[in-house]
Amino acid sequence: MTARSHSLLVQDARTRRRNAAEARFRVYGLGAISVAALALVVLLSSVVSSGIGAFRQTYITLEISLPEAKLDKSGTRDPEVMAKVTTFGYAPLLQDALLRTMEQSGITTSLSAADVGKIISKEAAATLRDHVLANPDLIGGSVTLDVLAEGRIDGYFKGRVTLESAALDANTSPEALRIAQGLADAGVIETRLNRRFLTAPDASDQRPEAAGLGVAILGSLYMMLVVLVLALPIGVATSIYLEEFAPRNRLSDLVEVNISNLAAVPSIVFGILGLAIFINFAGLRQSSPLVGGLVLTLMTLPTIIISSRAALKSVPPLIRDAALAVGASRMQAVFHHVLPLAAPGILTGTIIGLAQALGETAPLLLIGMVAFVRDYPAAYTDEAGLFAEAATALPVQVFNWTQRADPGFVERASGAIITLLVFLLAMNAAAILLRRRFERRW
Amino acid sequence: MKDTHLAERVDTMTQLKISARHVNVHYGETHAVKDVSVDIDANSVTAFIGPSGCGKSTFLRCLNRMNDTIDTCRVSGGIRIDDEDIHDRKVDPVQLRAKVGMVFQKPNPFPKSIHDNVAYGPKIHGLARTRAETSGIVEDALRKAALWDEVKDRLDAPGTGLSGGQQQRLCIARAIATAPDVLLMDEPCSALDPVATAQIEELIDDLRQSYCVVIVTHSMQQAARISRKTAFFHLGSLVEFGETDRIFTSPEDPRTENYITGRIG
Ligand SMILES: Nc1ncnc2c1ncn2[C@@H]1O[C@H](COP(=O)(O)OP(=O)(O)OP(=O)(O)O)[C@@H](O)[C@H]1O
Ligand SMILES: [Mg+2]
Repeated sequence: MTARSHSLLVQDARTRRRNAAEARFRVYGLGAISVAALALVVLLSSVVSSGIGAFRQTYITLEISLPEAKLDKSGTRDPEVMAKVTTFGYAPLLQDALLRTMEQSGITTSLSAADVGKIISKEAAATLRDHVLANPDLIGGSVTLDVLAEGRIDGYFKGRVTLESAALDANTSPEALRIAQGLADAGVIETRLNRRFLTAPDASDQRPEAAGLGVAILGSLYMMLVVLVLALPIGVATSIYLEEFAPRNRLSDLVEVNISNLAAVPSIVFGILGLAIFINFAGLRQSSPLVGGLVLTLMTLPTIIISSRAALKSVPPLIRDAALAVGASRMQAVFHHVLPLAAPGILTGTIIGLAQALGETAPLLLIGMVAFVRDYPAAYTDEAGLFAEAATALPVQVFNWTQRADPGFVERASGAIITLLVFLLAMNAAAILLRRRFERRW
Repeated sequence: MKDTHLAERVDTMTQLKISARHVNVHYGETHAVKDVSVDIDANSVTAFIGPSGCGKSTFLRCLNRMNDTIDTCRVSGGIRIDDEDIHDRKVDPVQLRAKVGMVFQKPNPFPKSIHDNVAYGPKIHGLARTRAETSGIVEDALRKAALWDEVKDRLDAPGTGLSGGQQQRLCIARAIATAPDVLLMDEPCSALDPVATAQIEELIDDLRQSYCVVIVTHSMQQAARISRKTAFFHLGSLVEFGETDRIFTSPEDPRTENYITGRIG
């Protein structure tokens, strides 16, 4: 009491100490936030700088002649007969077309024709074959197509491959890069927006330039649908029952403890569970979005239940009392008054759970979603087994690509991470928007 | 004591509405209400007074079984309303609460519009079929609660946006909109200014014609003004119960006298 200053204009020692402590605390807080922000910036900029290239792709515009003698000897245009010509039959046509184009542009080279042909992606022959099989009338004439450049050439135009690094590379040579540069100057080679990255399926080890996220995005989307449709109603119903109706006794305590424990179980354990139950016992198809979705549902349920219960708990008991006192039944009190107030919290929890599920890799590896899926699931076109065909998921695709040797896949993996982040951001934005809408109803 | 108030009942020839016998309430280990027996008349106002924490609210909540919602709370003894045991297994507390309305100590409007706050009860009980009927009930209830003039232009505004006293009157309007037989009011005027208090007291006086009103209050003057009978609670027990005039002029128990004259509280 004696230490207290008598004038309000003079701070006493105690107040000064308190203010200093407060100022220190603020500095700590700011420091922590700056470190976090810096880490985030570094992370994002490294991912973006190495991944943005995946959204651009180098194409070669070639006029390819399609001799009947090579593609349809019988001349019947019978699809079955034509299909007997494999991509090996088409590759030389591309090579010829490229050599001709070089000649027209006045580019000469010491490389063999076969080495020049390597400038074109191995994927191009398949693209050309598909195009011809779809349009048999083209045979005998010629067609102008934009075909993929090989990964190293693509890397050269994105600054990933240099003349020096090419000199040490068995798969390309400085001479090939020089030719590519010449073709680019002639306007034959162009690097532009890569829509295929978001639509094409995965490609084999040797052709990173052709690999896309189409199947992975589709798989992730289907799984999120399964999770949303199952986890949201089950989770919300469970939490409403536990929070509003269940008697408080040993049994409900036990259930509560176990739900909290489940939330802490490593996700890979859910993968093992899914493998045992859904695949080995129930006999569902491996690698299918249905099984993936079910596993992720199991994993997400505790998160949704816990956050929904917290949201329900935070509704003031006065509101329940008010409803009960005017003669509402318990269910009316919950559904008319408590649930609308808890909805924003439940929604946030659900979206956080979904986002977690979207980014989850480990359990999916165990149920075989890491499989190399070269084609769109047949079910994509045939509705019968929409969820039951093999697919991959975005995070698994990232994992998969980072395992591959070709440096072109590093760029693809980073591109996939960017895609995944965009999806997550979109989901969070949706959560915020929805919450705003609900909150406006007080 | 029992004899005296029995005699009074015969005297005044009023009808018995609620009768409680040997009611005990425990919150876990706490014995909050101790062996309370009381008879409450229909068409009259009964006041509960007593120091803070003496169990007035707890006892009041027994009368519409709101204590059922508290897990730790155990109620024993018999409570009869219109000579029906409210703890009978056939009694649905939801029906009971429609008949016995309640205004809480703390204002607790729903986070909905003013209109919806009042219309909610009639809606779930099917008291109004058309929109016009509903707004009729809403207006009537708000007028009775002395709130209509202040909110008639903003019935769509949130009830939680009103001032504390307005919220309390909104809760009163909400309680009377369901047309209960019995109205339990837990310190309804503690957040109100003298003008609104006078209006509420007027309302209570009106309600007395057709309802049984039980009111908890810390204001001796209010109890004296509006109630026919007064019950004095102390440390969970009902110390004295009788005609308000008598309680305030010649209390039998020294504890009642001390409380009224301001020596305990
Ligand atoms: N929900 C509860 N859980 C446990 N104890 C409670 C609960 N509600 C009330 N009590 C206890 O019961 C006793 C009576 O409380 P009550 O609310 O009935 O008092 P009151 O007479 O209404 O007081 P006030 O005039 O301050 O409102 C108090 O000792 C209180 O601590
Ligand atoms: Mg009280």
